[in-house]
Amino acid sequence: MLDLWPQILFWILAVVTVVSSVAVVVAQNVVRAAVWLLFALAGTAGLFFLMGADFVGATQLLIYVGGTLVLVVFGVMLTARGPFVRMETHSAEWTLAAVVGLALFGLLAGSILAASWPEKGSLGPAELNATSSRTSLDLGLAFLGIPPQRAGGVETTAGHDPANIGYLLPFEIVSVHLLVVLIGAAYLARSKRRRARGV
Amino acid sequence: MLGSFQTFVWPFVLKPLIICVAIMLFFQAQAIIFVWLERKVSGRIQDRLGPTRVGGKFGWLQTIADGVKLLLKEDLIPSEADQPLFRIAPYIVLVGSFAAFLALPFSDGWVAQNLNVAVFYILAVMSVEVFGVIMAGYASGSKWALFGAMREAAQVVSYEVPMAICIVLPVMAAGTMNMTTAGRMQAGWLINFRTGAGWLCFHDPFTFFAAMVYLVCATASVKRAPFDLAEAESELVAGFHTEYSGFRWLIFFMAEYASMLAVSGIAITMFWGAWNGPIPLCDLVGVPPGHWFRGLLGFLNFIVKGYFLVLVMMWVRWTLPRIRIDQVMKTCLKYLLPMSCFLLLGAAVWPVLVPTRFGGLIGGVAAALVALAIVAYGVATTPASAAQGRRQRVY
Repeated sequence: MLDLWPQILFWILAVVTVVSSVAVVVAQNVVRAAVWLLFALAGTAGLFFLMGADFVGATQLLIYVGGTLVLVVFGVMLTARGPFVRMETHSAEWTLAAVVGLALFGLLAGSILAASWPEKGSLGPAELNATSSRTSLDLGLAFLGIPPQRAGGVETTAGHDPANIGYLLPFEIVSVHLLVVLIGAAYLARSKRRRARGV
Repeated sequence: MLGSFQTFVWPFVLKPLIICVAIMLFFQAQAIIFVWLERKVSGRIQDRLGPTRVGGKFGWLQTIADGVKLLLKEDLIPSEADQPLFRIAPYIVLVGSFAAFLALPFSDGWVAQNLNVAVFYILAVMSVEVFGVIMAGYASGSKWALFGAMREAAQVVSYEVPMAICIVLPVMAAGTMNMTTAGRMQAGWLINFRTGAGWLCFHDPFTFFAAMVYLVCATASVKRAPFDLAEAESELVAGFHTEYSGFRWLIFFMAEYASMLAVSGIAITMFWGAWNGPIPLCDLVGVPPGHWFRGLLGFLNFIVKGYFLVLVMMWVRWTLPRIRIDQVMKTCLKYLLPMSCFLLLGAAVWPVLVPTRFGGLIGGVAAALVALAIVAYGVATTPASAAQGRRQRVY
């Protein structure tokens, strides 16, 4: 009975996620597709919460709800010719999308089946705790150049290898890249007013 | 059977159900009280009496009467509307607001789900609320509603940024995103000069300013005046809820008032000492740790502080005029965002520059001085005519 409860919740959330995901593809109306996308992403966030990954679940909500929101706004602003926005999809597009989707599904399913998963119940509570908790802290420290050091379960703080700087370099590159994108967007979106002569 | 009750029915079914129902009732009660309070406060600020008849001298039952009226109203759905979206939009708003309360600690240990990243979670679920508003505006099939929704999207997407940055300051000071842990750290006196572990807004001058900036952003994020451009009665009829009536309209307002308490709850927990009073009363009297009285007193503290912040929001609403949409965006992107970035930088540098030994003392004194300076500035810049008006008020 105790084992059953997470399974029931998992199936409810999984069905919500899958049905909404299919509906995103099938929906003809841009805004309705976006709403289905919201449900699909919220279902995924629920799955993360169910697994105890609160941070990832909350991030999923925060980032993708904002993203979907912008999608709706653009969907309405750029394509609206009336209250209902129709999308017409050609059969060629359907075929191409189906091929790409099935290829990705095959890749993911293949790698999931090929991976060796630990037997159920083979991990002790201490191991489960070590793998599940503190992930956000470790990740944050790794971004700041302090990689987690779990050599044999002992954390050594003194004198870590200066060559091992975690994810500091990719983090900095991504930050600079985002800054470039922001400045570029501001440059493109600025109002192009011609200055009057002599001012 | 008893075994299954103890291992399954009670912890997984009955207990969550009871907690959810309790929070839902609390949530609805807040909306009822706040609507009444808003009418009374607006009345007093405009030199009126507000509701006086329904339910005795102070109009206590006014909101109940309003609620009954709204329930009996016809539920209209415009023919132009996108029916299913129009129907579910208010519930999405409600879910976003309600989910925030699941992680909000009302007192030490009085929290439905003690999440490790509670602050982050609350900010995340409250962003779902915006989606409901946009959906309502779009699905109404009305240009007024769509304008309101577009404004709401622009406003909330911008104000989220300084709001989240302001929240990072107390998170840095406390070293945790767990609201219960952050609340326990703020126990004791208002300003703890020895350890600097008093209320987090008095941790250093930057957190105090951040508390102020957060309050402005929070007001905007729950679309209250002067940032209620999504409704803007004077231009957009009623903005995003123009086409709504009866029960669905009621749900929007229930969610709005509950959200006011939720954002105030974040402010209280992360800046204003959580459930702790300014004086450690229980420690002085000698109530043992974990006693139920501590929990109750903490809850009362939380409620008093929460109501005060909500009252400030009402006070602002009925005092300041609504600003234009371009001014709303300018306030956020040109002033609040750079301000919050500067505060974040300052708070990051503060522990490096200030000597560790006197950090608590210097931070507390500096924050208290900043608070005094703000109050003094407010008093000094109050126009003399306002003071005169108070004296010469004729009833």
